Amino acid sequence: MTRFRLLAACALALFLPTATLANPALEAVVADHLDQIEQPSRRTVAPLVADIAATGPEGLTMLQAWAGRNLGLTPDGRLLIMKGADATDAVTGQPVPDADPKMLRPNSGVRGVIESALVAGLLNDPDVSRRSAALDTLARSGTAEQLEALRGALADPDPVLAARKARLERLLTIQHDSDSDARVAAIQDMAGDISLDVRAALNPLLATRRVVSTDDPQGNVARELEAGSDALPREAALALLVQEGVLQPRLTSADQRAALAANIQNGAVGGVPLQDLSDPVARDRAYEALETAGAVPPAATEAEVQTALDSHRFFELYAEADPAVTDAAQAAQLRAQVKLGAMRGLDLGLDALSLASIYFLAAIGLAITFGVMRVINMAHGEFIMLGAYTGYTVQTLIADRTLSLVVALPLAFAVTFGAGVVLYRLVIRHLAHRPLETLLATFGVSIALQQLAKNIFGTQARPLTAPAWLEGSITFNDVVSISSIRVAIFVLALLFLGLFLFIMKRTRLGLEVRAVTQNPGMAASMGINPDRIAMMTFGLGSGIAGIAGVAIGLFAQVTSELGQGYIVQSFMTVVVGGVGNIWGTLAGATLIGGLSKVIESLNPANTLAAQTFMILFIIIFIQFRPRGIIPQRGRAAEA
Amino acid sequence: MTKLTTMLMLTSALTLAHPAHAQTPEGQPIKIGVLHSLSGTMAISETTLKDTVLMLVEQQNAKGGVLGRPLEAVVVDPASDWPLFAEKARELLTVSDVDAIFGCWTSVSRKSVLPVIEELNGLLFYPVQYEGEESSKNVIYTGAAPNQQAIPAVDYMRDELGVESWALLGTDYVYPRTTNNILDAYLKDNGVAAEDIFVNYTPFGHSDWSKIVADVVALGAGGKKVGVVSTINGDANVGFYKELAAAGVSADDIPVMAFSVGEEELSGLDTANLVGHLAAWNYFQTAESDVNTGFIEEWKAFTGDPNRVTNDPMEATVIGFNAWVAAVEAAGTTDVDPVLDAIVGVEVPNLTGGTATILPNHHITKPVLIGEIREDGQFDIVSQTDPVPGDAWTDFLPESAVLEADWPGKDCGMFNTETDSCVQVQSNY
Amino acid sequence: MTRKPFILQNPSTLIVLAVLAVLTLTVTLFSHAYGSGAIPTSMIKVLGKTLCLALAAVAMDLVWGYLGILSLGQMAFFALGGYMFGQWLMYARTEGIVAVALAQNPIPATPHELQDAVTNQIFGVVGSAELPLVWSFAHSLTLQLILILLVPGLLALVFGWLAFRSRVNGVYLSILTQAMTLALALWLFQNDSGFRGNNGLSGLQNLPGLDHVDQATLSVWFLWASAGALGLFYVLAAWLVSGKFGSVIRAIRDDETRVRFLGYPVEGFKLVVFTLAAMITAVAGALYYPQAGIINPAEMMPIASIYLAVWVAIGGRGRLYGAVIGAVMVSLLSSWFTGGRAPSIHLPGYVVNWVDWWQVALGLTFVMVTLFAPKGIAGIFDRMGPPRQRKAHSRQEQEANA
Repeated sequence: MTRFRLLAACALALFLPTATLANPALEAVVADHLDQIEQPSRRTVAPLVADIAATGPEGLTMLQAWAGRNLGLTPDGRLLIMKGADATDAVTGQPVPDADPKMLRPNSGVRGVIESALVAGLLNDPDVSRRSAALDTLARSGTAEQLEALRGALADPDPVLAARKARLERLLTIQHDSDSDARVAAIQDMAGDISLDVRAALNPLLATRRVVSTDDPQGNVARELEAGSDALPREAALALLVQEGVLQPRLTSADQRAALAANIQNGAVGGVPLQDLSDPVARDRAYEALETAGAVPPAATEAEVQTALDSHRFFELYAEADPAVTDAAQAAQLRAQVKLGAMRGLDLGLDALSLASIYFLAAIGLAITFGVMRVINMAHGEFIMLGAYTGYTVQTLIADRTLSLVVALPLAFAVTFGAGVVLYRLVIRHLAHRPLETLLATFGVSIALQQLAKNIFGTQARPLTAPAWLEGSITFNDVVSISSIRVAIFVLALLFLGLFLFIMKRTRLGLEVRAVTQNPGMAASMGINPDRIAMMTFGLGSGIAGIAGVAIGLFAQVTSELGQGYIVQSFMTVVVGGVGNIWGTLAGATLIGGLSKVIESLNPANTLAAQTFMILFIIIFIQFRPRGIIPQRGRAAEA
Repeated sequence: MTKLTTMLMLTSALTLAHPAHAQTPEGQPIKIGVLHSLSGTMAISETTLKDTVLMLVEQQNAKGGVLGRPLEAVVVDPASDWPLFAEKARELLTVSDVDAIFGCWTSVSRKSVLPVIEELNGLLFYPVQYEGEESSKNVIYTGAAPNQQAIPAVDYMRDELGVESWALLGTDYVYPRTTNNILDAYLKDNGVAAEDIFVNYTPFGHSDWSKIVADVVALGAGGKKVGVVSTINGDANVGFYKELAAAGVSADDIPVMAFSVGEEELSGLDTANLVGHLAAWNYFQTAESDVNTGFIEEWKAFTGDPNRVTNDPMEATVIGFNAWVAAVEAAGTTDVDPVLDAIVGVEVPNLTGGTATILPNHHITKPVLIGEIREDGQFDIVSQTDPVPGDAWTDFLPESAVLEADWPGKDCGMFNTETDSCVQVQSNY
Repeated sequence: MTRKPFILQNPSTLIVLAVLAVLTLTVTLFSHAYGSGAIPTSMIKVLGKTLCLALAAVAMDLVWGYLGILSLGQMAFFALGGYMFGQWLMYARTEGIVAVALAQNPIPATPHELQDAVTNQIFGVVGSAELPLVWSFAHSLTLQLILILLVPGLLALVFGWLAFRSRVNGVYLSILTQAMTLALALWLFQNDSGFRGNNGLSGLQNLPGLDHVDQATLSVWFLWASAGALGLFYVLAAWLVSGKFGSVIRAIRDDETRVRFLGYPVEGFKLVVFTLAAMITAVAGALYYPQAGIINPAEMMPIASIYLAVWVAIGGRGRLYGAVIGAVMVSLLSSWFTGGRAPSIHLPGYVVNWVDWWQVALGLTFVMVTLFAPKGIAGIFDRMGPPRQRKAHSRQEQEANA
């Protein structure tokens, strides 16, 4: 009907000469509903939108401006369409010079209603992006009328859009077609598809509600429930009966107390003295006495409850009335189930891999230094933070995000490499062979660095934003997807694994590091300077921490406490993996990353508990492999 | 009624008083305590409020002080350490002898201070939105109770955005827990099925959001419009919004309504991808009123930073301060009990162009504003209600529904209307 | 040679006890409750809390300075002690309030109703309606007092047994203890843990049944209790480390393998000291939190335990009085510098605000102490002592540094 009026209005508009009043219908509607246009509500705006749309092309233009927040209201009640600084009167189409209207800001619900009203006209719009936007709107909320319009506009020069239209047509058919066979056919077409939109179309069909009945109920029965079974516990069945008014609610203790309090006579209730009523048994006795006296209504007895249960049957009914449709939907859902489970597992695996690569990057530097020098650097987390802040600082200086990232990564490495070398020369070298004191001294450095960062950068989170090509995500389907930035971090972790292996196996430095790790004394006697090697490895480990900092800052918050969040996990990674071996660190990171994701998925409502369980697991794990998954071999292992 | 009118006149006289007419305050200064963390995790939020109080004190002294005496702010630093809040509060009340305290941000810091100020009969102005379920004789709550933020926000999402399936995401502490409990009960009362409510709690500063965002997106499989109500606190929001943007979740698909994200928090983010997501507060910097324009100018001048933003707790601090000044002038003394008597019914202008009234339950009336995030990190106000009176005890939890607070009338902050008796005079802590 | 009584062997113990007695007496005489009122109640609370921290530091010194285990999880025991005592404080106080409220009803309350009301009061705030299982003993002071020792003791015993059995030591062990306290803290941070999550237990400064006693008096009582506990456990610790037992644990610190080869059950010794220290720390915690008024899981985050180690290191480990000095000095200085009352230093072009720079200074001091004065402040005292004792000490140090 609306569509017809709309067409008629359009046709009418074509023949009208352009006068000062281009569209009297629109003017009338606007004049009548100015309040509503100024303060629209999603619930009530639909008829108004339809009325405006029916007034012709000017109405449609105005609606588009309204939805795009380009509509302004002048103090004298005229609506202006703003394009930059230029204003045109929405009703007359005349340009209005020097306008400064109050801009209207319809909320996104209202905008949705307006866009939905415009959809039908936009499905064949020559502009591809408008057609695409119209399909987006349609996918969010389609109606039976729009299904008709879509069917009339299925052909599309753009093959991608044509495919989307065909798919949307199937989905809307499932939801809105009046013909049962057509719906079943559409469901069968979509069976086995695990996309979110398909599931969103099927699930509402299978929604059920519970009913109580004495005989076979009206409607599309999903199944009959046995009271007292797992699906319908006895209490739930009783609640249903009470809700249906079949059964009196059982007496709650609060009601009982209120009833007793209302019947106090001479310091006693039903012959039971007041001071005795702190005992539930005495209260029951008093209530029974009142019952027999007829002072209170009798509560439901066990026998009544049982009779009611026995004489009623419990059913689950589909909200969808057509059994053929629900059967088809159920079959389709079954087919998708296994695939969906597998995809969820895959997605979890990707998440775990991503977390593991982050832990790996954060811990690898720690593992190197621990392997070579047997010292734990508590300031490692602060080096990560230092890297992140370096990234932030670079980004404030270089506007181009890709370029700033290209600069930030090596710079972060350089900065933290330098910090590591300084820390080694000034502190760690002087505490050789006193690992516990090194731990404490580096902790001192850690608190100093953290506070310094607060003094310099403030306590507020700083933005470190990924370049545009790293925004968004890589989507395989609606279940399996991973954000691009996490993929980039994964690649970075692989890169560093490769680089590290290269340095260790193919360079002089690596040879010397391995020699010092295995037997410092012997290495020294072969002409290797252990002090220099220790310094280099410490610098290298710190430098990687800096790179990890940039990576972490890209997907999380850059604060002075950034390092704290990863330091314990990094320790755990090293301890679980085993020291002095890059593969051990890799194994440790994979185990911890995977484990925390699995625990998180088992208990989706509480992420904190997941972390606790993970740490507990690690403590127990250490019992069985005290030296980690891949223990260190060689002389150093006995030290 | 006459009392109210006098109060109104007094307040307006106070706020309009021009410095030129004011006399230089003389005599013994009136001390007020500022109990906001200046170091530690809460420093970023709370330092702003400390500066706000200092600015207000400076302005008040320029206007002639209070009762003709100058004001002096005693600033202490509880360092985001909850037991330290109690210690510093005791110090303020017994060593520095302050007449009122402006302070606290987190609920746990307030609970830490409560026993001390109730014991020593102090007066605390608490300027942050909180979970409710409390009304102390010695506290004026100028932030929002759940019915002044959470419930209207959810109504908005349901009515205006058509949300039918809810994800309640929060940081694991008392404010999100209680707020989500209230919302859960409220939504169920309004016919939302239990399976359409997804609840998740994460630790403070959580950064790994991929799984949770995926869970939220997966809610769309139910075929109902999904909306997120976020009580995620502080820094953790950065990672959450980044992950949301990466997953391509637009505000049109899954709108996120945040209760703890304001102008300050957004300055740590690139907001281009967040346009259209929502926040519910009682004040936004973009509120159009002359008082607000003036306040923003003064604030920027005071801090010397033209980019400093204002936010909701700052407005609450301003209201609390002005209400205290009005009450002291009305009572003619700074003693806590007369001031408490005088403060109920005081009306002071808020920054959104209306007035705030101090209610008998020690909460205030506030309009509820819903804002959509803009590209520049500010909010477009898309909905504004009339002032809503703050409800200390929520109507949507059975144990609280029967309770009410009425200090001048019943001298009780936890009055059971069913049994018609005062449950307890002191607060729960 | 006949052995002198241990107290004469350790004049430092006598000095510590004397200082403690003088301090307690002075504070009492200047308190609001029992004297002139020159020392404000808030200061007395600070002093009382500091004594508890000193006691925790003594226990830390036992474990680290004498046994050689750098435990970075001691504050877990401290906070657990606080939680155990706090449970009773909170339950009993709430029960009192609730009983008064329920008595207004015409029908006396059943025990079940009373418990429900208490639960609602304590857990209503955090949105729960059932009394968690861990609160089963909260009604009984005796049981909770036993739990103060039992729970942390048991935790230390199990953890220690698992760790020592598999020969985890050195840096590994430090990290594991850190993981333990982090796991516990994260667990308690959840609302579902039954300890009120991030809100923790609050209002602990009000003792149930003692509503008529004001905080000025209570603070002095707690100071006495804290001083008493510190004195008692200091003597116990000093006695323990002075005898043969002390020699063995010091030997374990210096070379564990050698002691094992000599036939000593090293794991047993370690377990005894570790568990004992945990229990002492728990007592300190139980006395600390009623003075602080609130306990929450942030108290047992790893950072707190590391601070404890820092105090002991600065004070001088391997000497019990060093631990006391370190804890008292650093924690009082910390609260003075972060309290905003320390004067700022005005440099040309920059104002050094101590609130901002104290942490930096503390961190760097700490590095300096580790590098240049590994014996801490107590090292200075050693040099001032009589020559005979100095020799003994330097021998000890040689062992320590070997």
